[in-house]
Amino acid sequence: MMCSLALFPPPLSGDGETSQYNESNTDPSVWFEDSPALNLYFPRESLKPHSRQESSSKSAFRDHCETLYTRSAGAWRDAGLSGLLNEIANSSAEVPKWLGVSSSCVLALLRWVSSFHSSLFPHLTLSSEEMTAEFSQVLDWSDCAVRSFAWHPHTQKCAVALSDDSIKIYNPKSATTPTLKHRLQRSVAALQWKPLCASALAVACHNCLLVWHVDPTSLSTRPSSGCAQVLSHPGHSPVTSVAWSPNGPLLVSASPRDTAMLVWDVAVESCVPLHRVGGGGVTYLSWSPDGSRVLAATPSSLFRVWETRMWTCERWPSLKGRCQSGCWSPDGSRLLFSVQGETVIYALTFTDNPGMPLMMSGGPKAATVVADLSETTLNTPDGDIMVGGEIQSLAWDPRGERLAVHVKGDAGAGRPAMIAVFKTQISPAFKLLPCGFVQGEAGTEPRLMQFNPNYQHGAQLTVCWSNGKITHVPFCFMSAGNPQPGLGGSPSLPLTQGRPADYNNQTLYTELIS
Amino acid sequence: MFSSDQSCCWFVRKVICWRAVASMAWSVLLLLPTTALFVLLIRFSLFHPILWISECLSLLTSASAIFSFILLCGVVLMVGFFNLEYYTVVPSIACSKIALLGQVLHPRQFVHSLVHCIMGVVVAWCCAFTIGGRYRSLGHSCTQDESSSGPEMCLNEYHLVLLLVGAFIGYSHSLVGVVYNMNYVSFHTMQQYKYLRFKGALPLVVKASAVQALYCLRTFLLLYFFMGYAPRAWICKTLDLNINSSIHSLDSVSSLLDLSLLYHLWISGTFLLLTWYITVLLFRIFVTEVYSFPVQSTFTEDAHQCLPKVITGTQPMILKFLALQDLALLSQHSPSRRLEVFSLSQPGGHPHIWTALSKECLSLLSDLTERLVAHHDTVATNGRAKSQSTGGNKRSTTSSEGSVTSVGMEDMKTPRPGALIRTPGSVFLRSSVGAGLRTPLTIPFTPDLDSPFSSPALRRLTGPLEPQGALSPGFSSIQSPHVMRRGPKLWSASTDSQLNGSPPPSPGPAPSPSQAQLKPSFLVTFLQNRKDQLPEASSQALFADSQVHIWALQGLSHLVAASFSEDQYGIVQTTLPTILSTLLLLQEAVDRHFKLPHTSSKPGHCSCSMGDDSYKTLRFALRSTLKTSVYRITATFGGHLHAVQMSAEHRKRLQHFLEYKE
Repeated sequence: MMCSLALFPPPLSGDGETSQYNESNTDPSVWFEDSPALNLYFPRESLKPHSRQESSSKSAFRDHCETLYTRSAGAWRDAGLSGLLNEIANSSAEVPKWLGVSSSCVLALLRWVSSFHSSLFPHLTLSSEEMTAEFSQVLDWSDCAVRSFAWHPHTQKCAVALSDDSIKIYNPKSATTPTLKHRLQRSVAALQWKPLCASALAVACHNCLLVWHVDPTSLSTRPSSGCAQVLSHPGHSPVTSVAWSPNGPLLVSASPRDTAMLVWDVAVESCVPLHRVGGGGVTYLSWSPDGSRVLAATPSSLFRVWETRMWTCERWPSLKGRCQSGCWSPDGSRLLFSVQGETVIYALTFTDNPGMPLMMSGGPKAATVVADLSETTLNTPDGDIMVGGEIQSLAWDPRGERLAVHVKGDAGAGRPAMIAVFKTQISPAFKLLPCGFVQGEAGTEPRLMQFNPNYQHGAQLTVCWSNGKITHVPFCFMSAGNPQPGLGGSPSLPLTQGRPADYNNQTLYTELIS
Repeated sequence: MFSSDQSCCWFVRKVICWRAVASMAWSVLLLLPTTALFVLLIRFSLFHPILWISECLSLLTSASAIFSFILLCGVVLMVGFFNLEYYTVVPSIACSKIALLGQVLHPRQFVHSLVHCIMGVVVAWCCAFTIGGRYRSLGHSCTQDESSSGPEMCLNEYHLVLLLVGAFIGYSHSLVGVVYNMNYVSFHTMQQYKYLRFKGALPLVVKASAVQALYCLRTFLLLYFFMGYAPRAWICKTLDLNINSSIHSLDSVSSLLDLSLLYHLWISGTFLLLTWYITVLLFRIFVTEVYSFPVQSTFTEDAHQCLPKVITGTQPMILKFLALQDLALLSQHSPSRRLEVFSLSQPGGHPHIWTALSKECLSLLSDLTERLVAHHDTVATNGRAKSQSTGGNKRSTTSSEGSVTSVGMEDMKTPRPGALIRTPGSVFLRSSVGAGLRTPLTIPFTPDLDSPFSSPALRRLTGPLEPQGALSPGFSSIQSPHVMRRGPKLWSASTDSQLNGSPPPSPGPAPSPSQAQLKPSFLVTFLQNRKDQLPEASSQALFADSQVHIWALQGLSHLVAASFSEDQYGIVQTTLPTILSTLLLLQEAVDRHFKLPHTSSKPGHCSCSMGDDSYKTLRFALRSTLKTSVYRITATFGGHLHAVQMSAEHRKRLQHFLEYKE
């Protein structure tokens, strides 16, 4: 049986103060045990966009005549062969005629070939900024004050990338909030903290990867750029996604322009490119929590699932569109993904046989549709509202009990972007149950969401809103998988405000145990 | 030692040799397409494409081509044999320029260079034969003008140049190999199938060989321009050939700038290097392939092949490396094999396997700690001006308490530029520690077996590797590094204090005048200065074999983390305090090492193409792995670690890790 939004309880009418619909009361003291809550607010007006363009800084200096040789060398260094040819073709007064003409011809030929290439892969015609916005997990990335957000996997600490290209690190236990700025840190598309490490933060930037080492004991509010390792590889820009291996030193990075996915050994700053034919680039990466597999989405209707023991991959072609987002169950056995242009969630199940590392023998044969988020009308006391639409991103809480789905919506058609939350159960059978919607203040829409991996009482979803606010929505529950002794074992959900009880028992998707 | 010898034999015979043979077979097979490509490129003519193709096809199928192909196969097999004979898993890092010179001039290296030179000539001959035309033979008949007494044999200089290019590239391949440690075989963090790894590395190898051939060609042309007459005259004299005076000799600017000649020389050089590089690459890929050792065996005669036995041996080094790699992988990926590690012996119920594995890993790690502490002390005492003995005693007492605090940091601030700056990396002087009055002058030129200039490959054959041999008093004594410091050590090679018989803990500057009296010559001071040129190298040398430490750390930490849920008998718990204290001690030593001056804190980038320079960054990998390993244990055990017995200082340190503040 498949799940659809029609089975959801309708959202409460918003009163415009907190992000509200929840299972529990939204008492902030619950969120961060004894430490102050990290309710952050970044009004867009306070963030000046990065104005230091290369062209604008040029006007501050006097024009300086360089020789053709110097300029050509610079062009070669900056933009490679096409830059060199462009430079020669543009300075036709200084070069012999045949050289100018031939470089123009070669340049035209190159452009023709590349236009052919980009007709195969239309995303190559986008500029870097547009590309980042297109493939980012953040809704409306270029307009968003908060570009990216990352919780530390082990401790209460988070990093926020803002639209002025700075990154702030918040730690409720520390008074200092370090601000990270770097010359190369432009248009940040993704952030991730290194697991099993206190300080390393990977940043996917415009044309490189930065790995910051922010000493947690340091009192400095502006760590120098010497604290950052710069990892760059020719042709690997813009970087739109990064993922750390959950138990090792490896970092994978993806760029929609580069057909290779790079696997970095960050400590020694070396990388191994993993080339495979097809796809035209890699847009989104997600490493399964058990470390055994990596999802790699491409800009075309194809995605790959890499197995990390010997780094072989499985191709999943013939989708309707490109894979937009994906998330793994905590045990790494199940992958949920969404496809651009579709309103359903697919699931892939990997039956792992550890000890048998070779090939993906336990791989599934076909993806199954587990949930349908197409447009539905829900009746609320304030009238009918439309929900549903295309899926922007998916997030599964680290215990595997809640699944948050960020639905794009369509403002023109009266369907706001919103977050639908499902209850999930992984064993013994995979189940999806409706839970509710997360809404913000009136007129705001969610842009970005992430589960806090360190929340003790259940799950906590951190949502960045379009007005620059970051709020944390707790879901309090007893873990069904390992019931606490003395509590009867049955997940007694605390509190429900005015919700019909029968929604609780409605199974939306149940897997038959064969 | 019997079992060790036995294990060495079976492993080299059964595994390494077969891997080398397989890699050679693949290189010979790959020679076919490479040669075909070479023929196509070298005979390339833009305006006669059909003629070009048909000529190439007829050439490739001719009997003479098959003969030269067999010659090339012989060369490739020879290169493969040399790879097998000269490879090393622990790079020999020259800490000074003198040491590098010693490596280059070593007889063993001389043999290597000579053979490669000859093989270069053979390949170049095959190339000349393939190109045909004006390159075909060394002599050609010519008629001199005046004494027209019939045709004579004249020297064909094109052929000679090609042969010389081959010889030069062969020699420079050997030379560059020793400078950039081309015989070093590194292991990869990422496991990939052999074919995929080869496919990934092939473009880099092609590029590297083309670029390297270009550089070699440039140097060769310069050399030939200035000294080309010498080999020409010599060849003419020995082979009784004449020089055709009607043709200009090639050592002039105009004739050397002949584009077709340059193209042919470059393509031939690239072909030569490519075939050799492919052989090297295949050998590296094959020999570093994961070998899965059985954890335990039901038959006693196979017991020496099991992981716990193999991992403790030191010979050959590759065996130890592969065993530790296998340990690291099994600890991460295979629960069934982990279960065997945590199992008890059937009669008796002793955790022999776990004990053997953990003991070996811990002794490796504590060896490294000792090495680092000793290195740090040597560096710290360099600037020491007076009151050596008290300082030394104080230091040893502080460090004996397990608190390896920042000793001697105040000394670092007053470096004394004297004649007696003993670099920590003067590993190449260690043979002279017990060798009495051997002056530095004689060292590079006396290649005995014990000498550092014997290549690691030789050491591999003759005896256990020095670090293990000299520094393995066991992990029981890690708490008192000062005891260790009195023994013969690798890193505090205080040559002169030994020389004078002064007590080892007072490595003061007192002996320096006496040494100056011994050899007050200019040459010695020159050599002393040359000795201390590469501070970065000493740090690299210290971590040269750190790949084993990285695997030991990964293996231990993964096993300990897995034991939280998989260890049924609680055998890991008994070793947990030792493991934690070893890791924390090492962590302190590594932290202190990275605070030394001259130790860059970030990996640099080397543009050297074919030589593997991953040994230069091993210390960074070790530092990061170490931290991750401690975090892996603390993240798994969490608050349970408070129940583990350990010193107050370690507890404090561990608390930092538990709070994610390291």
